[in-house]
Amino acid sequence: MVTTMDEKQTTNQPLLSVKGLKQYFRLNNGFFSEQVLKAVDDISFDIQKGETLGLVGESGCGKTTAGRTILHLYQPTAGEIIFNGKPIRTKKEIEAFRTKATMVFQDPYSSLDPRMTVSDIIGEPLDVQHLTAKGKERTDRILELMDRVGLNSEHATRYAHEFSGGQRQRVGIARALATNPEFIVCDEPVSALDVSIQAQIINMFEQLQEDLGLTYLFIAHDLLVVRHISDRIAVMYLGHLVELGDAEEICKRPLHPYTKALMSAVPVPDPNIARASKRIALSGEIPSPLHAPKGCPFHTRCPHATDQCKESMPELKEAEGGRLVACHRTAEVN
Amino acid sequence: MALLEVTDLHTSFMTDAGEVKAVNGVSFSLEKNKVLGIVGESGSGKSVTAYSIMQILSGNGKIVSGSIKLDGQELVGAGEGVMTKIRGNRISIIFQDPMTSLNPTYTIGKQLMEAILLHTDRNKKEAYDRAVEMLRLVNVNEPEKRMKQYPYEFSGGMRQRVMIAMALACEPDVLIADEPTTALDVTIQAGILELMKDIQKKEGMAIIMITHDLGVVAQLCDEIIVMYAGGICEKGTADDIFYHPAHEYTKGLLSSIPTAEMAGQKLKPIAGTPIDLLNMPKGCPFAPRCDAAMKVCIHNAAKMKKVGEGHEAACWVNEKQ
Ligand SMILES: Nc1ncnc2c1ncn2[C@@H]1O[C@H](COP(=O)(O)OP(=O)(O)OP(=O)(O)O)[C@@H](O)[C@H]1O
Ligand SMILES: Nc1ncnc2c1ncn2[C@@H]1O[C@H](COP(=O)(O)OP(=O)(O)OP(=O)(O)O)[C@@H](O)[C@H]1O
Ligand code: SF4
Ligand SMILES: [Mg+2]
Ligand SMILES: [Mg+2]
Repeated sequence: MVTTMDEKQTTNQPLLSVKGLKQYFRLNNGFFSEQVLKAVDDISFDIQKGETLGLVGESGCGKTTAGRTILHLYQPTAGEIIFNGKPIRTKKEIEAFRTKATMVFQDPYSSLDPRMTVSDIIGEPLDVQHLTAKGKERTDRILELMDRVGLNSEHATRYAHEFSGGQRQRVGIARALATNPEFIVCDEPVSALDVSIQAQIINMFEQLQEDLGLTYLFIAHDLLVVRHISDRIAVMYLGHLVELGDAEEICKRPLHPYTKALMSAVPVPDPNIARASKRIALSGEIPSPLHAPKGCPFHTRCPHATDQCKESMPELKEAEGGRLVACHRTAEVN
Repeated sequence: MALLEVTDLHTSFMTDAGEVKAVNGVSFSLEKNKVLGIVGESGSGKSVTAYSIMQILSGNGKIVSGSIKLDGQELVGAGEGVMTKIRGNRISIIFQDPMTSLNPTYTIGKQLMEAILLHTDRNKKEAYDRAVEMLRLVNVNEPEKRMKQYPYEFSGGMRQRVMIAMALACEPDVLIADEPTTALDVTIQAGILELMKDIQKKEGMAIIMITHDLGVVAQLCDEIIVMYAGGICEKGTADDIFYHPAHEYTKGLLSSIPTAEMAGQKLKPIAGTPIDLLNMPKGCPFAPRCDAAMKVCIHNAAKMKKVGEGHEAACWVNEKQ
């Protein structure tokens, strides 16, 4: 990793560090052929306490897998997670970590069991982790959590399928808060919601962060949403991190060729700007993580690729203003 | 004469809990070569409007009244025989959920070629070429190889692009696209939208674009309809809707967007919960959530009134001024 990041760590210990994380899936197709799908391939970054790190990148680039592997819902193929200065290794450490680090899922429809009442859904992590006694203490905690996310107490005995998308997402968030976590992976938590409900939920995430000092890894494909909620943004491409930096700056002045294309394609909700905007069109093959190209993962579509890009993989290095970029030609193309 | 003319459409679903009036007096007309955007809250009747035009409502749903004319020909009550000829040939739809609309047991190539053979007068060889060409146009890599694959071998975004290829391959007069690009990332989405525009210009196709993405609407649409609670609350050009919104719901929708100007501030969502179609309020359906609501709003629904050239809204606030 880069030296400046190491210096930062000694002065200001991050809440969570991801170091050289890999997640390879082994796929069995047929008798003898086993293929390896490199969903996450050697990513490293830090998240400070109270920070929101946005994670973006195209469908299938490994965002969800990265989030799940960080939480040890998948055993990492390689690499390490360091939480509050301590590596998470043993079974016991993983269990303790899971109460402190939880997840909110994309689809409020399918991630909640339709046969469970709202109070059972929120109470389940309390029971699993033996965090409260049964009876009044448990009920009080559930009602407190419901109140936090703006649900009425009369909702407690109702079933998730009786709720609208926005309300279901509130239930999912209350459940993620049940164990008093410090860190939450939010995997596309507002993608299925319409714009006005989406705004309600985003405000709630921000309020909870203020009130409880939460730290978020916020995965989303809507760049307007990510820009709004994030302090920093990390961009993934084909299992790799290609750019990482301050949210506003990365949106205003992306440095990596993929990030540039991504930002230029964001549909702006303003007709005059939309008519005037010029998109960087990408051509070329979209590679599959099963046959990741040699060299820079983006070279098959990159308008700036040279022979060097086809041969060697660029490292994530510091570019201007503390920005990290993985591109051989950062200086030339900016 | 407009290419497609929908007048006072009412569509309901009969449920155990009662009649759900999902579409409640929708009227619009669509000219050749134009893109009409439909936006509005989740559950406001956008998809049901589309399904009504195609007459592919589920068993408990029915067009209660109204008229849908294609080139002057009345489609409501025209019968299955007529509709079978119209669907796919003259009006095509790209569904919100691409997973359910491809047949898992046939190859992508077979499904594409069947659609082309059925809806155009190409022979087998020409249909094959057209299918490959369309896959290439929607950015599916190695199209010849992909023709032999099955839907499960495609990612979600790729399946959606196959659906788009299928709808466009048949050169319909009207293309209804119901959230066609939600599963796609922005770089691919932008390419698909440009492709739709190109084909539209070349073939004179008309497009109905249903989407939550106001960015897509701003970029693509000539005219926009805003729906709330089964009805149209505002209608106008993209400039009308984005720069001079004239219905309180539209204003709320626009101010919910996390734009760059909102950086560092709390977003401004519309208060309250979405409407319950089984318990519709008596007056303006938006009144219970509307900051500007007056007495008249609670008792009487406002009618669509002209607020500018080609710009209409159903909101009492405009009449008080
Ligand atoms: N359990 C699994 N077994 C095998 N392959 C998997 C598994 N989960 C994910 N993958 C593959 O790993 C890659 C990354 O998938 P992932 O779900 O992390 O992408 P993503 O960035 O979250 O995409 P999206 O934006 O579509 O949610 C994909 O190629 C996917 O097919
Ligand atoms: N088969 C059905 N039976 C009963 N009600 C239905 C049925 N299909 C749709 N509805 C209701 O009709 C209303 C309009 O639904 P529609 O799918 O058109 O909404 P939409 O505007 O497309 O929303 P979204 O943006 O979420 O796709 C909703 O309240 C929905 O619950
Ligand atoms: S390393 Fe080369 S191919 Fe990769 S992004 Fe940079 S210029 Fe493009
Ligand atoms: Mg994902
Ligand atoms: Mg719909």
